[in-house]
Amino acid sequence: MGGMAKALVLDSVAIDRALTRIAHELLESNKGAEGLAIAGIVTRGAVLATRLAERIRTIEGTEVPVGTLDISFYRDDVATRLNPEVHRTDLPFDPDGKCVVLVDDVLFTGRTIRAAMDALMDYGRPACVRLAVLVDRGHRELPIRADYVGKNVPTSSRERVMVRLVETDGEDTVVILGEDGEDC
Amino acid sequence: MLSSKHILGMDDLTSDDIARVLETAESFAEVNQRRIKKLPTLRGLTVVNLFLEPSTRTRTSFEIAAKRLSADGINFTASASATVKGESLRDTAATLSAMNCDLVIIRHKYAGAPRILSEMMDCSIVNGGDGIHEHPTQALLDLYTMKGALGHLEGLRVGIVGDIAHSRVAGSLVPALRKVGATPVVIAPPTLLPSRPDVLGAEVAWDLDEQLPSLDVAYMLRVQMERSDGGMPFPSLREYARFYGMNARRLAAMKPEAIVMHPGPMNRGVEISADVADGDRSLVLTQVESGVAVRMAVMYLLLGGADSGVAA
Amino acid sequence: MALLLRGGRVVDPLVGLDAVCDVLIRDGLIVEVGVGLTLPKGEEVDCAGMVVLPGLVDAHTHLREPGREDEETIASGTRAAAAGGFTAVCAMANTEPVADEGAAVRFLLEKAETEGAVRLHVIGAVTVKQEGRVLAEIGDMASEGAVAFSDDGHGVAEAGTVRLAMDYIKRFRLPIISHCEDTTLAGKGVVNEGVVSTRLGLPGWPSAAEEVQVARDIRLAELTGCRLHLAHLSTAGSVALVRDAKARGLAVTCEVTPHHLFLSEDDITDQYDTNMKMNPPLRTREDAAALLAGLIDGTVDCIATDHAPHAAHEKALEFELAPFGTTGLETALGLVATRVVTAGVADWPEVATWMAHGPRLALGLPEVRIEAGSVADLTIVDPSQEWAVSSKEFVSRSRNSAFLGAKLTGRARDVLIGGYFALQDGKVVV
Repeated sequence: MGGMAKALVLDSVAIDRALTRIAHELLESNKGAEGLAIAGIVTRGAVLATRLAERIRTIEGTEVPVGTLDISFYRDDVATRLNPEVHRTDLPFDPDGKCVVLVDDVLFTGRTIRAAMDALMDYGRPACVRLAVLVDRGHRELPIRADYVGKNVPTSSRERVMVRLVETDGEDTVVILGEDGEDC
Repeated sequence: MLSSKHILGMDDLTSDDIARVLETAESFAEVNQRRIKKLPTLRGLTVVNLFLEPSTRTRTSFEIAAKRLSADGINFTASASATVKGESLRDTAATLSAMNCDLVIIRHKYAGAPRILSEMMDCSIVNGGDGIHEHPTQALLDLYTMKGALGHLEGLRVGIVGDIAHSRVAGSLVPALRKVGATPVVIAPPTLLPSRPDVLGAEVAWDLDEQLPSLDVAYMLRVQMERSDGGMPFPSLREYARFYGMNARRLAAMKPEAIVMHPGPMNRGVEISADVADGDRSLVLTQVESGVAVRMAVMYLLLGGADSGVAA
Repeated sequence: MALLLRGGRVVDPLVGLDAVCDVLIRDGLIVEVGVGLTLPKGEEVDCAGMVVLPGLVDAHTHLREPGREDEETIASGTRAAAAGGFTAVCAMANTEPVADEGAAVRFLLEKAETEGAVRLHVIGAVTVKQEGRVLAEIGDMASEGAVAFSDDGHGVAEAGTVRLAMDYIKRFRLPIISHCEDTTLAGKGVVNEGVVSTRLGLPGWPSAAEEVQVARDIRLAELTGCRLHLAHLSTAGSVALVRDAKARGLAVTCEVTPHHLFLSEDDITDQYDTNMKMNPPLRTREDAAALLAGLIDGTVDCIATDHAPHAAHEKALEFELAPFGTTGLETALGLVATRVVTAGVADWPEVATWMAHGPRLALGLPEVRIEAGSVADLTIVDPSQEWAVSSKEFVSRSRNSAFLGAKLTGRARDVLIGGYFALQDGKVVV
């Protein structure tokens, strides 16, 4: 990663706490785990989705179905930017009638979530869709907001927010990078 | 993203490109299983199917692929003879170019036609079969099918049986197999082999029965009598079937996990017996199904932007 | 009218001449060849550093008139010939209509008289419309001045027809020119059968399609006693057959083209350049080497261009649909100068043999010698001029050269026909 770490936003303990809190909020507003399903957006959203499901099992003792969504084919900028790697979408549940929680690491412009909602709708008709993110950094370009947020992090639009997770990157941290840093 | 703007022949694709097409096709294969098989991916882009030679299967496959990606698919069909008498291919290319399309798939009776389009047009060109030269997307879908059935490509021994000399399918499949580390063996009587089969980079055999036990795939080519100038290249269909037709006896001589493929349309009872064609070791329909996913992958990868930026 | 060519390297193997000297021309004839000649009244041409050769002849030219004047005419084709250093061309009969009767021969010769830049010799058709069935009026055409007969461009004649034609043509003591192509073997072939046909997926045309007819026609020439000239040989096997025929003393001559000498099937790439589509097709490097060896050992009598102009829009078609052939009049001498003389394979006396004397002897045309009394048809070559073949600079009406972009050394500076300039200082002046 090219940029200099400007500030540590979340360390592993804080990430842990945030996920636990989101799990509780989710269960509270859904009145339990009944009818709940979780869909993580590849790559780090999928990791967080799996962790969230584990938290719910620990709290409620219930298995919530978890899937992954690849939104490459739903992006609105395919003609100018192409995902170097396309992953498989794997939803081991029928979204019809479920309350599906979309999970992503960072909420920024909202375009990814727009694409994810379109992708999800092609699989069925959920009763409702909720959004959980680890970090909301602002600068929305679409009328989208998160229902569950790990941490709101004010940023300048030229800064980069980098989320690293044990499963994909070997450690749990969220940092803000300088303006020459790579986007994550 | 692929290393070439066009797919005129297998030479345009590296082994990495092939791997990427096959991986991407897996995702599209999943899409093709859904209730809603349509993606918004290529919305607003125009894909022209320029078919100057009759072809239902390939054209339909490309057409479905374009539609499932929400591209605007335009069919431009004309008989090759019309282009001889009136408008030349270059004129057609200039006309299409003026209409600003994003991708042209060309099927033509004559080798090298896709090259002419690529010289005349700014958009990407995909060879949908040119004369007896190449048919690269067929080779890609065949690789995809083999990989799906057998789990891997490297080290496979693939017998391509029949009219090698006049087969654009073989023209692409042989180099494609070599790029992925498989061994192509072309099996035919000398009258159906090109004059220098060694140039293709395939092993050459005249006797199918000798080869059967070592093959992982028997790829049966359609007998194309209409392409052979000056007399049939073998005495009769019956004799052809006797020496080169796939049937239950020959299938039994192959490895238990070996599979049979055919690019279609089949001449049942000639190059493949009906029971084998419709049997559980025939992947003919899987090939057709794979064709859509692979062509979706090709379109997606060719029309995706030049910037390999990471997702926001 | 007198002209003194001063101080060139004057080369004529027929009279054993290869020396720096002067050539004095008066009233269309060479009157003196020697050192330190003087000319009290007349024009002196400085030829220092130049090579003076007997006028070059192209034994195989397609002028396209009548019928395809958009591609070439007698006027444009003979001007292209002058630009390329030729003093005469031999027009093939496959025009529209075919030159298959005396009137057609007379038309061409009369037209060339008024519009031509160089001498024109007419080759008549062997059979009516070159269809390979009924003998054309060979005697009528011979009376009008046809120098040879050929159904060039078509390989359809059956052995019996060829035998009949040879027997009849023999009566007029003229040669028959064979275009050797067994169409049942060549089929739809557009490139050499072998590596290139396999690689590019193009129908192949085997060497044997030529060689079986070379063998057949040599045998028929032996049977009939007719003089046989074999056009545009392309394979090592054909050269071997001619070598054998000559060893047996048969009246057989043959020609090769610059494109078969200097290109090979390897030059046909996945660009599918239709300027590389030839009849017969470009063969292997080994074949090209055998053609050159045949020239050097005398088996091959001459280099002929098979100048085949084609309209750009027709050459722009798919490879399998485009017409066969390349232009050649304006590039032949430069190619030979570069790839043979400069390359050190042979010297100017050999070039004179292959491009001036060889074609005249093969087709029985009037001799030109650089000695007193001979007609002053001369080609003056600047052997060191460097130039590049460019589609913008052709005098020919067509641009379909297989050598576009080639960098060459050596080019005709002047062409004299009967003592008059057709090309002067590199410009066509007729």
